[in-house]
Amino acid sequence: MLQQLQEIKEKALAELSAIGGVKELEAWRICYMGKKSRLNEVLRGLSALPIEERKAVGAASNKLKLELEEKLAQKEAIIGRQSLQSKQQECLDITLPGRRPPMGRLHPVTQVVSELCGIFASMGFQVLEGPEVEWDYYNFEALNIPAEHPARDTMATLWVDYQNKKGERPMLMRTHTSPMQIRVMENQKPPMRVVVPGKVYRYEAIDATHIPMFHQIEGFAIDTDITMADLKGTLYEFARRFFGRDRKARFRCDYFPFVEPGVEMAIECAVCKGSGCRLCSNSGWIEILGAGMVHPRVLERVGIDPSEHSGFAFGMGIERIPMLRYGIDDIRLFYGSDLRFLRQF
Amino acid sequence: MKVPVKWLKEYIDITVSLKELAERLTMAGTEVSVLSLGGESWDGVVIGCVEEIEPHPNADRLRLVTVDTADEKHKVVCGAPNLTIGDKIAFATLGAELTDGHSGKKAVLKEAKIRGVVSCGMVCSEMELGISQSHEGILVLPPEAPLGRPLADFLGDTVFDLEITPNRPDMLSMLGVAIEAAALTGQKVKMPKVCYEETGTAIAEQVLVEIADKDLCPRYCASLVHNIKVGESPDWLKQRLIACGMRPISNIVDITNYVMLEYGQPMHGFDLERLKDKKIIVRRARAGEVITTLDDIERKLDDKTLVIADSQKAVAIAGVMGGANSEMNENTTSILLESANFNPASIHFTSHGLKLVSEASMRFERAIRPDLTVPALKRATQLMVELAGGEAAEGIIDVYPGKKDIKPVQLRLGEAKRLLGVEFSPQQIEETLQSLGFGVKKVKDGEYGVTPSDWRSDINIEADVVEEIARIIGYDKIPMSLIGGALQQQNPEPMLAFKSGVRNIIAGYGFQEIIGFSLASTEAMEKVLNVAPLKPAPVHLLNAMTAEHEYLRTTLRSNLLTALAENLKHEDAAIKLFEQGRVYLPRLNDLPEEPEMLCGIMSSEAEKSWPNAPQVFDFFSAKGIVEGLLSQLDIEADYAESNDAGLCPGKQAAVIIDGRGIGVVGEISPQVAAAFELKKGVYLFELDLTQLLSHTLGHGVYRKINRFPSVMRDIALVVDDKTSHRQLLDAMKGFPLVEKVTLFDVYSGKQVPEGKKSLAYRISYQSAKDTLTDKEVDKIQQKILNKLSGKFGATLRA
Repeated sequence: MLQQLQEIKEKALAELSAIGGVKELEAWRICYMGKKSRLNEVLRGLSALPIEERKAVGAASNKLKLELEEKLAQKEAIIGRQSLQSKQQECLDITLPGRRPPMGRLHPVTQVVSELCGIFASMGFQVLEGPEVEWDYYNFEALNIPAEHPARDTMATLWVDYQNKKGERPMLMRTHTSPMQIRVMENQKPPMRVVVPGKVYRYEAIDATHIPMFHQIEGFAIDTDITMADLKGTLYEFARRFFGRDRKARFRCDYFPFVEPGVEMAIECAVCKGSGCRLCSNSGWIEILGAGMVHPRVLERVGIDPSEHSGFAFGMGIERIPMLRYGIDDIRLFYGSDLRFLRQF
Repeated sequence: MKVPVKWLKEYIDITVSLKELAERLTMAGTEVSVLSLGGESWDGVVIGCVEEIEPHPNADRLRLVTVDTADEKHKVVCGAPNLTIGDKIAFATLGAELTDGHSGKKAVLKEAKIRGVVSCGMVCSEMELGISQSHEGILVLPPEAPLGRPLADFLGDTVFDLEITPNRPDMLSMLGVAIEAAALTGQKVKMPKVCYEETGTAIAEQVLVEIADKDLCPRYCASLVHNIKVGESPDWLKQRLIACGMRPISNIVDITNYVMLEYGQPMHGFDLERLKDKKIIVRRARAGEVITTLDDIERKLDDKTLVIADSQKAVAIAGVMGGANSEMNENTTSILLESANFNPASIHFTSHGLKLVSEASMRFERAIRPDLTVPALKRATQLMVELAGGEAAEGIIDVYPGKKDIKPVQLRLGEAKRLLGVEFSPQQIEETLQSLGFGVKKVKDGEYGVTPSDWRSDINIEADVVEEIARIIGYDKIPMSLIGGALQQQNPEPMLAFKSGVRNIIAGYGFQEIIGFSLASTEAMEKVLNVAPLKPAPVHLLNAMTAEHEYLRTTLRSNLLTALAENLKHEDAAIKLFEQGRVYLPRLNDLPEEPEMLCGIMSSEAEKSWPNAPQVFDFFSAKGIVEGLLSQLDIEADYAESNDAGLCPGKQAAVIIDGRGIGVVGEISPQVAAAFELKKGVYLFELDLTQLLSHTLGHGVYRKINRFPSVMRDIALVVDDKTSHRQLLDAMKGFPLVEKVTLFDVYSGKQVPEGKKSLAYRISYQSAKDTLTDKEVDKIQQKILNKLSGKFGATLRA
């Protein structure tokens, strides 16, 4: 009987090694390991044997059974791998375009505004907004720009067709975001740190560098001990974060009626790295904002004692920044709504 | 202001390079561009003499001019009206690089045929030479100009072109610039020496000056010069005027201009014989009074305008321009020289009212000091004596009703430190202020009284003095620090985060953001809203640049539709655009309301993508955007019939939250679509974010996850066409254990009777207490069917 077992083993293993498919493997399993398998037939004849022989054959057949099971498992693994491999051979043209979800983008001005607000917010500035249609008082008068002031000429104003009872025309489209300095200072007590993004308007004919509506961001801080060094530190820190740590910045004296001392801040021209080119009119510098220490008269007007409190303020045009960053040479593109432009940002 | 460096050197030694000086002036507050007069830009330009002038055979306005340049004669075509034989002129030979008189661009001069005549060269104007913007006629040089020599040898110079800020009238004068430059380079200013002989009767006995309107004229000074010989100015004076961009006229006019440039004090000369009764009255104009100014324009004045008058008539518009009726001319022998000070606001209004900005008005409106009148007057009188052979009458007239005691401005060293954040030594501060010509008097330790120079009218408070210290020492010496102290309490405006969230959600749905102008025309808004007139009437602007921008928008739609129509010209795919911005709604006697709006549009052609058939947008695509947005914001909305004239009737819905309409969604009406030449259906949604915001301020409460399984049942109902999904839904939702009802199909057509439709729902049943049995569910479902059948005649679809 042991002889029989040896024959079964040889035959089974020979057949098994020739098998290549799942179905054949199943047939083989039924044939050699099923209820009616030859191995079982051998075992059924076991009871007729003498006890000694029965033990030996029993042990041998169990061993064979285990061996066949093991070989079967090995074969199954091999066949499984092979079938996976053959599946992988049905390959895709992976260069076909993916199906993208529809994509929309935010306007470049929106993107820059949120980047700027984020930087200042992280320095403790609170973001606020204000009305775009303003009173002369907030836009000019309270900012130390009375009716006859020559500074008004530099901010050509769009006036609203509205006359008050005194026959004055005090309503206008704000020419800058600075009126919010007054509105906030009227309503809050120091200390305050505020930035105000928003639209501003000018009486301008449209060309590549002028449009009647654009964006600014205003910032100011009032406390008992705010200095020009704080202004410089804050704005240089902003420039470092926004334009990169290697971009040089400079402060020069400039005049704005609502600050004293007054400052204009410029950053090194990105094109020529300070050596002078067409973009920076050969100066090596690009002006980015006006700033200064809040004028004592401005503070007095809103009831803040300038001998106790001081503060700084700055104002910056927004469109200029993506124009510099991306080399955009025509400001009208921002408001032309051309998707071929807007999709680039 | 043009500052010729050769002239500037008369007052200071320039010890640094010109580039460095320009840089320091710029850093200290006045931007300087360095221009070069001559040098390479005048290569090929030589001094010529006009030898002959003939008419052009084919053009009335052109002439043929023969120019002698010593070694050669050139025949050129010239259109300038102001040429006479014998004039010395700047002649550009072929190849010279000139600024085009019309375009302002640089171009190389080439041989040209002008109306059939060949012209080889050009007689230049100031603009063509880059000296000034003047292109009315050519530049006539002094007769002494050496014939045939390069123009650069005679006129060449470096010129600082200064951009003047409104607070610095001193920088509109050579001496003011010299003082500034001296302070910035550690030099001393050499002031002009002014002395002249006075002869004859005192001026006070010959002329009477009266200031009638003292509020507008704080000071009026005058001197009198007799026996003037009118002629040409000397070369050096002419060269300086030309380099400053002014055209020499005659010695007496040139002197007034020269002194204005030197001192910054505008001067005016009257022909004494033409002043009735030899009297000057400074008064407001009479309503309707008329004067012809030096530029030969008759100007009607009102009673706000200050004039200089004689006993009979106005002879000048004070501080703006002289009158033709008292103008000096070649026959003038006696000149009354005016050096006065006028109210800056009044000059501003007059000059702007008349649209007449002059060199004089520019200085007066920047508030020059009354202290400049006398030194400038004496300087001009001296030059009248020296250069025009005049005899100065004894003394000057000085009427000074506006005299004020000038108190020194207090400067505490502690204040300087408090504002600048850095401490400079008392000695450094004293020296800095003194270098600007300021008087610095120590009041006590750490405190000074500061008296600015006569040129400076902008030093009135302590902060002004602090700025002087900082800008002269240099802003680069200010250290950097970050704000210390306690952070303020933050009260963020909820609208900001809300708007930004909404923008991100909508962009996430594939919409491109645009920003349009807030300025619009009523026509554009009427066109898109399909109503006229607009209600409410939009805010109107007084001085819009164009009719397209005359009103403030009350809707975002018109920018979006215009953008869509424009983009469809070059895109064939689907376009989805949105804008988030304000509209402006007028209020009585107050600033307009500025609600934040959101508007989106989508054109019906959907994106083409393989291998799917292109999906097409419809009303429900637009509604889905609104539903998606509101659901992300956790807001529940109802949709009700609406009648927006800009949208298709029956294909639009109002978005209702808590019973209030806060927006609309629908298809653009065919009229509006046609007006924008849009063929396919365009869908729009519009939401008032300001109103929406108030519904987002709270937040929901977490609901426990129900661990018991839910049981799904699908039913297909056949109902009348007019029965709405909403009615059925409401009916089903009222039953207990109905956790969710989802519509998954709508069908009408074959198998459904005429006038009916079939709606298929999946109802999900779930209990929070236990697992439902089929029996329980069957029971409720039967109740639901009974109700639907009873209420809507609904039957189950076979």
